[in-house]
Amino acid sequence: MVPLSYYLILSGILFSCGVLGFLIKRNIITIFMSIELMLNGVNLSFVAFAAYWHALSGQVFVFFVMVVAAAEAAVGLAIIIAVYRTRETLNVDQVNLLKL
Amino acid sequence: MLHLSLFLIFGAVAVAGAINLLVQRHPINSALSLIAVMASLSAEYLLLGAEFVAAVQVIVYAGAVMVLFVFVIMLLNAGEEEHTKGSRVAIIFGVPGMLVGSLLVAWTLLRQSGSSELEIGALPGPPATIGWLLFHDFLLPFEVTSVLVLIAIMGAVVLASKPEPISPPRKEA
Repeated sequence: MVPLSYYLILSGILFSCGVLGFLIKRNIITIFMSIELMLNGVNLSFVAFAAYWHALSGQVFVFFVMVVAAAEAAVGLAIIIAVYRTRETLNVDQVNLLKL
Repeated sequence: MLHLSLFLIFGAVAVAGAINLLVQRHPINSALSLIAVMASLSAEYLLLGAEFVAAVQVIVYAGAVMVLFVFVIMLLNAGEEEHTKGSRVAIIFGVPGMLVGSLLVAWTLLRQSGSSELEIGALPGPPATIGWLLFHDFLLPFEVTSVLVLIAIMGAVVLASKPEPISPPRKEA
């Protein structure tokens, strides 16, 4: 028997690690991975609440979150490739202009 | 007791992986620790009984998405990230802020939740049931996601393809 709050605390810790990585990292790929970490933290709380309320819709929502995350990863990594092609850098501090 | 110890073991692995993701300087190390986080999260899903979600977590996240990340890291030959002034300021303010925030969340949750305990395998989510839900109650969102994925694929192809060289304007004879 594990209290529901333990699952929520784990998911909160993972989410805040993602937020922290988003803030302190300077490599654009690592920033992107921090976003995935945040999505994973939210998914855990979805599943925990689904188990708590005995509602399977929570697990279906996790599926939708995963699909959207996969689509976002594909588009985002394509954008990273396009940025690298024009700037020759992955450091977000050096990517500060929309136009070259 | 078994449930609690398994939860703590996999939770510790997940948190350690998340912290390792922040500490590592090279993106490939961060990607590998993110895979560890996702694998241990899938074990947590199994503990809650969500079999389908656990399988999809391993197949889609730890498999497909992370392979994409590793491919891009290797394709762009990403090296170690350099520390800048902005990142030092973010560390000084971000780490204490994150610690205070998580402690606040943990304290609130521990105070609020009374005796709401989850058993091992609390809500079984076998693929058959999830599929039935997907194709009955969630049919419209499911179809909309298929359109979204199609758009994402086309967008990725257009964005990542090499831009065509701009040909000089043709002079009219």
